[in-house]
Amino acid sequence: MIRFILRRVLGFIPVFLIIATLVFFLIRLAPGGPFMEGERHVPPEVLEQIRESYNLNAPLPQQYAMYMWDLVRGDLGPSMQQPSRTVSQWIVLRAPVSVELGFYSLIVALIIGLSAGIIASLRPNTLTDYIPMSIAMAGICMPTFVMGPLLVLIFALKFQWLPVSGWDAPAEKILPSITLGTVYAAYIARLARGGMFEVLAQDFIRTARAKGLSETRVVLRHALRGGLQPVISFLGPAAAGLLTGSFVVEKIFIIPGLGKQFVDAAFNRDYTMLMGAVLFYAVLILIFNLIVDVAQAWLDPRVRYD
Amino acid sequence: MTDVAPTHIEAGASLWRDAWRRLRKNHLAAISFFLLIAMVALVIVGPWVSRYSYETQDRELGAAPPSASHWFGTDDLGRDLFTRILYGGRISLMVGLCATAVSLGIGVIYGAVAGFAGGRIDSALMRIVDILYTLPFTIIVIILTVYLGKSIVLIFMAIGAVEWLTMARIVRGQVVALRHKEFVEAAYVMGLRRRRIVLRHLIPNALGPIIVYTTLTIPQVMLLEAVISFLGLGVQAPMSSWGVLIQDGAKVMEDNAWRLIFPSLFLSITLFSLNFLGDGLRDALDPRISKD
Repeated sequence: MIRFILRRVLGFIPVFLIIATLVFFLIRLAPGGPFMEGERHVPPEVLEQIRESYNLNAPLPQQYAMYMWDLVRGDLGPSMQQPSRTVSQWIVLRAPVSVELGFYSLIVALIIGLSAGIIASLRPNTLTDYIPMSIAMAGICMPTFVMGPLLVLIFALKFQWLPVSGWDAPAEKILPSITLGTVYAAYIARLARGGMFEVLAQDFIRTARAKGLSETRVVLRHALRGGLQPVISFLGPAAAGLLTGSFVVEKIFIIPGLGKQFVDAAFNRDYTMLMGAVLFYAVLILIFNLIVDVAQAWLDPRVRYD
Repeated sequence: MTDVAPTHIEAGASLWRDAWRRLRKNHLAAISFFLLIAMVALVIVGPWVSRYSYETQDRELGAAPPSASHWFGTDDLGRDLFTRILYGGRISLMVGLCATAVSLGIGVIYGAVAGFAGGRIDSALMRIVDILYTLPFTIIVIILTVYLGKSIVLIFMAIGAVEWLTMARIVRGQVVALRHKEFVEAAYVMGLRRRRIVLRHLIPNALGPIIVYTTLTIPQVMLLEAVISFLGLGVQAPMSSWGVLIQDGAKVMEDNAWRLIFPSLFLSITLFSLNFLGDGLRDALDPRISKD
């Protein structure tokens, strides 16, 4: 088990370096850059000095070597456009908000998705299948940037039950979490329904029923463990999607998270901030995938650690 | 022995006929199919017969709610929203189709080569796919569109360039399963070149899953385009796409709710149809794959 985790973590290192290299050259080979002339009426000499101080005039391979050397030592450098904080400090400041939003959204997605999926799987092709699944499907057909404004329109502007935007009071966190969660609720519902459906047809479930166990116990104690396998393997990509999908929700509800920071950095050509955000996302995605692999092996003895 | 009676040749591939029959029985998929055709027809024909152009302004009228002359109302420059939605639909659907075509091209060839070559080449190629999978797609597309400019062509190239991974995996799986079948060996024995075997024998036999996944890629791609447009990185005015119109509408929804609701409706109906049609095709073309 520990060897398995260690080996996977070691495998992350080359992947991480490849991603860093790819993004580094991708953003630097494009035309334009930070502190170019004609920007904000700063004298050319000053711009030249600023560029010099960020090593932007050095040949590309040298810039790359310096960046990677700093990266290996855990230094992401100062933010080029918001130099009041280093990139690491910005991430520490903004990421918790995005992670919190992602966490609440995942809970919303699991509550809606699992209940719809499990109820639907018990009596396939009846009304108790169709109705929950149709509700869950709304998430797939209504992307976040449709769902978000519509929820605001109904619950914040029309009935004035909830605030329009922000991220301080608990009430302000309800609409964003629902907006982001419903998309994944739809996928979870379909996976849960399919998985449960398959497990409920197996012999050991018949045995459990023959022993005279109550249906609740059969479903909750025996079927759930196997039936939720597909949901668990989806949680890795889902967690990644919740984080990277938060750009739109953060924009709609004006939430000061990492998504907004990242989009701003892309607009302003804040190279260091952009690199830092992408690498942070990449690490999170790798960690989520690892957790999912471990969870899967733990739940299903047939999955081997290799 | 040589005197074999001419056997009756089955009309068409029975797989496709079966699939068509199964698809028609699936009501949700059938409805989706007709909704899609109607949507495409409306988007193509609509702008020609409309009395307004997408940039005709009526500044005196300004933002007006739906009425007899402007079915879906107008925006604050007095432009007819119905016409703009139809034009926007052209862009959204075109990005969907073109980006999917790009991803289809890359994915099918990559997957077929990996599956057919086998061995070390296969594992090297698929390892690359695994690494690319860990990249956050939305992030890469945002970076590409910010840095490469905002032209439509670049948008669908960027989207296509990141959406081919799953297609490559599916095609590879199919090719690996097929390449030791007798008909491939027969093709070898006949002295066909490898490229011909891949293009004429292996890929056509993997067509079912390819079609299914293509149908499911289109809505994903359209969604990605809409997200980019919503963030303000997509198509530029006076052109529009559904994502742009929804973004405009969201800004003014308090007073002009119609400007949010109508474009959202069009996008949602299209996404709904494509998803259900894709599911239906999956059930119809490959009964072995379970629905979920």
